[in-house]
Amino acid sequence: MKPSNTAQKGYNKDIKFLASPKLGMRKKKYCRFKKSGIRYIDYKDPDFLLKFLNEQGKILPRRLSGNSLKYQRKVATAIKRARHIALLPYVTDLMK
Amino acid sequence: MNTAQYETTLILTPERSDSEAGKLVKGYAKFLKTSGAKVIHEETWGIRNLAYPIRKKNTGYYFTMEYEAPTDLLATLELNLKRDESVLRFLTVKLDKYAIDYNERRRKGLIGRDKVAAAEAAVPAEPVVQTETAGEQPS
Repeated sequence: MKPSNTAQKGYNKDIKFLASPKLGMRKKKYCRFKKSGIRYIDYKDPDFLLKFLNEQGKILPRRLSGNSLKYQRKVATAIKRARHIALLPYVTDLMK
Repeated sequence: MNTAQYETTLILTPERSDSEAGKLVKGYAKFLKTSGAKVIHEETWGIRNLAYPIRKKNTGYYFTMEYEAPTDLLATLELNLKRDESVLRFLTVKLDKYAIDYNERRRKGLIGRDKVAAAEAAVPAEPVVQTETAGEQPS
């Protein structure tokens, strides 16, 4: 009887968490430039800059992209330069 | 005189033929060379679609050059570019040390989609052969 008893105990323990306790925990965002050691963001590469734009061609906020402040500023200037030389649009719909 | 490294990107009208546009662009590079700048790199992208129309044109002839120039030369260069009717847009950027390093690596093909291919080309083929023979020996 004893082994089944311990099994019962284990079962009861599990039932405390009907949902996985990790469910509410979000994965922490990180700055991809810091992580991969990119020091310069090229304005001549619109395909890369596209990752930081939404469908209207607006720059995504740091809250979504996870960039550090330093690199968010660099991304923003690179995008603005790319817009000036018509590699990226200022305004658009359905860019992706 | 202080010098710094700069990069200028031009968009020319697509109305000119490729050779004509090339000649025009070479003219600017030559202007830089004769007035004391060192042209490090020239790159022609050719006719490209613009992301939005400029002067009612949907395409443009792109050209980039990287050069080391005395700081007061830029004003004359940009004045010339502004006066030129066939230049749709231009952008001059001062390069910091990271940008210079990036451009060098890009020229060697170490950045972007070609990165893997370039790395494979840089590594001699010997290690690959060795692993192949090592794989064959046990069998």
